[in-house]
Amino acid sequence: MASTTGESSRILHEIETLKSAKFDLERRISALESQLHNLNQPHNNGVSNASSTSPSTFPHGLSPDMIYRYSRHLLLPSFGVQGQLRLSKSSVLVVGAGGLGSPALLYLAASGVGRLGIVDHDVVELNNMHRQIIHTEAYIGRSKVESAAATCRSINSTVQIVEHKEALRTSNALEIFSKYDIIVDATDNAPSRYMISDCCVVLGKPLVSGAALGLEGQLTVYNYNGGPCYRCLFPTPPPTTACQRCADSGVLGVVPGIIGCLQALEAIKIASAVGDPLSGRMLLFDALAARIRIVKIRGRSVQCEVCGENSEFKAAQFQEFDYEKFTQSPLSTSPLKLKLLEPNSRISAREYRDRLHSNESHVLVDVRPEHHFKIVSLPNSLNIPLASLDGRLEEVVSALKEEEHKHKQKSKSSSNGDVELYVVCRRGNDSQRAVKYLQENGYPSAKDIIGGLEGWAQEVDPTFPSY
Amino acid sequence: MQLTLEFGGGLELLCNSVKIHNVSIDPENGVGKLIMKDLLSWVRANLIKERPEMFMKGDTVRPGVLVLVNDCDWELSGQLDTTLEEKDVVVFISTLHGG
Repeated sequence: MASTTGESSRILHEIETLKSAKFDLERRISALESQLHNLNQPHNNGVSNASSTSPSTFPHGLSPDMIYRYSRHLLLPSFGVQGQLRLSKSSVLVVGAGGLGSPALLYLAASGVGRLGIVDHDVVELNNMHRQIIHTEAYIGRSKVESAAATCRSINSTVQIVEHKEALRTSNALEIFSKYDIIVDATDNAPSRYMISDCCVVLGKPLVSGAALGLEGQLTVYNYNGGPCYRCLFPTPPPTTACQRCADSGVLGVVPGIIGCLQALEAIKIASAVGDPLSGRMLLFDALAARIRIVKIRGRSVQCEVCGENSEFKAAQFQEFDYEKFTQSPLSTSPLKLKLLEPNSRISAREYRDRLHSNESHVLVDVRPEHHFKIVSLPNSLNIPLASLDGRLEEVVSALKEEEHKHKQKSKSSSNGDVELYVVCRRGNDSQRAVKYLQENGYPSAKDIIGGLEGWAQEVDPTFPSY
Repeated sequence: MQLTLEFGGGLELLCNSVKIHNVSIDPENGVGKLIMKDLLSWVRANLIKERPEMFMKGDTVRPGVLVLVNDCDWELSGQLDTTLEEKDVVVFISTLHGG
């Protein structure tokens, strides 16, 4: 038995070493390919391994390699040489290398845009993999931009890939955006969406905007051909409670995949000047109903504070604008850390473990939604979702009574019969709201577990699943 | 008046997770005319089961909600004054931010 354990840990160690070596090699190959591409750039548009009897490029400017690589594009009468040439001279910036950005980047690189920029500050995580298909397991824990750039280069080494490993801010957005013709918004939060749209208006760039959550997606092109900007449509930000995140509400992986593909398509259409871009219209995708609806939206608003006729919103105003304050939500996607309760109304996960070990008489209420509870829960916890706590208070009462009864039977001696009431949730926000409610409704000693089940996994049981 | 009302982008959660509602609404006062303003009050009173502030603010929809009458932004048809007709399809959709 011991030798088997030793053997498997040796194999695991070797896999890790090899993976790390593979990663370094891939990085070097990718960097060299990009270097080679830049060296070839001033002379002609392609990698010249053409035979001596044919010119390295033809009068239209496509090299033999490009003709072969993009032949199926060139065969399309409505796209053809003209479309491919325009595409190869264009530059596209994708903001966000996540669920939307992954397929968008894959198709933009494959289709042969001239220069492709990627902005993101995040690292690849295991729970990204089901939808962020540009990343591979080998890159878990590493920069999303590096990971996405390596995949793009491995698909098409002739595209110039530019890595922007930084969070987009008003301080760097103008400089980054100004180097590109078309901007693709593949971000996941409201302040970023306002910031990106405003920056596109200031610089006069078309914006391909996509969003996905749960089983629905939305897509449109802003600030293009007389169409509206994001602010024309949504002059006032929504309340923060209306801004759900994939990390809280969930998302079926293929849904942002579909929207991201459509974003690539719209960017390609604009870059190659082919077809009718989705400007002044919005595509609404409902995955469950298998329905795509395309609706007509308002045009540019003359009263728009940013793109309207009398707008004073220029680069200087953009750089001064506080998007987090405007939308009341953070640019980074870090989860909310609520401070609603006094410290003496809270216990840490470790304290809860100690009380559990000392057989303290208590009831643990888990206030997460039922489908969360089904994923994983602590033993002997009672699931009453926060939204229905008001109507199900009776269940808490009877659980407390039952526990008191058990306790009295066990220790017939000097029991004061006090049964503690604890509340847990996923991260320790809803549990505070629940405790506040319980304290106001007859349970002044109710306490919540700080950090929720995530805290439990971090402090007490590392094998407890995170989600 | 027969209307089809649809909720999306998470707004369906406010009406028991039902997305499509086929409803029959009689214009008040027998004027025979139903405008979006009337419809909004009707929806709020009859379909919205929780958190009405997530649907309306003041006498109109809350910021971040798009209203479409027959697949067309209600800004183009007169917003609250848009006159509804038999068999119209009205969509209320919350803008998404995820990705």
